[in-house]
Amino acid sequence: MTLIDNHEAVGMEGAPRLSEASARDYFELLKPRVMSLVVFTAFAGLVLAPGQINPFIGFIAILCIAVGAGASGALNMWYDADIDAVMSRTAKRPIPAGKILPEEALAFGLTLSAFSVIILGLAVNWLAAGLLAFTIFFYAVIYTMWLKRSTPQNIVIGGAAGAFPPMIGWACVTGGLSIESIVLFLITFLWTPAHFWALALFKMRDYGAVGVPMMPNVCGEGTTKKQIVIYAVLTALIGICPTLLGFASLGYGAFATVMGLGFVWYSIGVLRMPEGDERMVPAKKLFAFSIAYLFAIFSALVVDHVIAQVWLNAGGIA
Amino acid sequence: METVKLSDSQRKSRRSRNIALGLVLAGLVALFYVVTLIKFGNGMVH
Repeated sequence: MTLIDNHEAVGMEGAPRLSEASARDYFELLKPRVMSLVVFTAFAGLVLAPGQINPFIGFIAILCIAVGAGASGALNMWYDADIDAVMSRTAKRPIPAGKILPEEALAFGLTLSAFSVIILGLAVNWLAAGLLAFTIFFYAVIYTMWLKRSTPQNIVIGGAAGAFPPMIGWACVTGGLSIESIVLFLITFLWTPAHFWALALFKMRDYGAVGVPMMPNVCGEGTTKKQIVIYAVLTALIGICPTLLGFASLGYGAFATVMGLGFVWYSIGVLRMPEGDERMVPAKKLFAFSIAYLFAIFSALVVDHVIAQVWLNAGGIA
Repeated sequence: METVKLSDSQRKSRRSRNIALGLVLAGLVALFYVVTLIKFGNGMVH
């Protein structure tokens, strides 16, 4: 038997492995940057939904959605540790860096998944909890374990996982689904391919080295660029749907049109990029703009809704 | 009986994990307390 000197832990036979992972390493497993997008879009769904929710319950809803998304990120890192170790973008993640063991990440991801779904169900409602559970399953199993390594359409279908949060936020308030929440879902869903393929273009070698069939590696740069433009146009069109369906103002519609035209403009820049361009500046610009686009669209929807509410209340008082 | 000495970095990282876990547990207690007040508070008043 092996005993730690200050009687704090008893190990197994042989040299015990003592973790040097800090709380920050575990936080990194949650993919905080992706989580920030999830928090933001879920918040937008929560605000835009008709009806009232207690602010603290609303906070718990956002927290559970964020933790659930983070848990699916941890499960993704557990499964993808082998390819993460090879790709420059992911080689410093906690598992390939040797800070956290894959089985520790698996346990962490499963525990957080269960806690986030159960607490969301108990504190808010079970439809929202069911959607969160489905989102985690979709990202960890359908996308990570199945689609990612088997088809160049991986992120088109897998993008649904990242698009569910505003729908969950909506379900937290209303207890149901509606055409408006489906539009919110479609904005992120149709945005994902152009966003990810822009990244895949300038990280093509990385994906090629680990055998992940991303669109540029499998179908070539030309096809990818054309599909980027198609998805940018679709994103721009769905971006103005909130106005067409009557749950956002004309002001929002004008803003979404300008942003959509910007998205299409940058995608055309990628289309015009010469084949074999080493620096891939237009692809990097599109990638950066795509992030700004999504934040701007959801911000505009929230601001537009808040202004409409204030206007309505002021009219009611007068 | 063989003893194992923790290195400084092992001790430091374990402390960081313990503090984080403690904060999470305290947060869960507070969360369930407030949710209970919100969910049952109205019913108890009436």
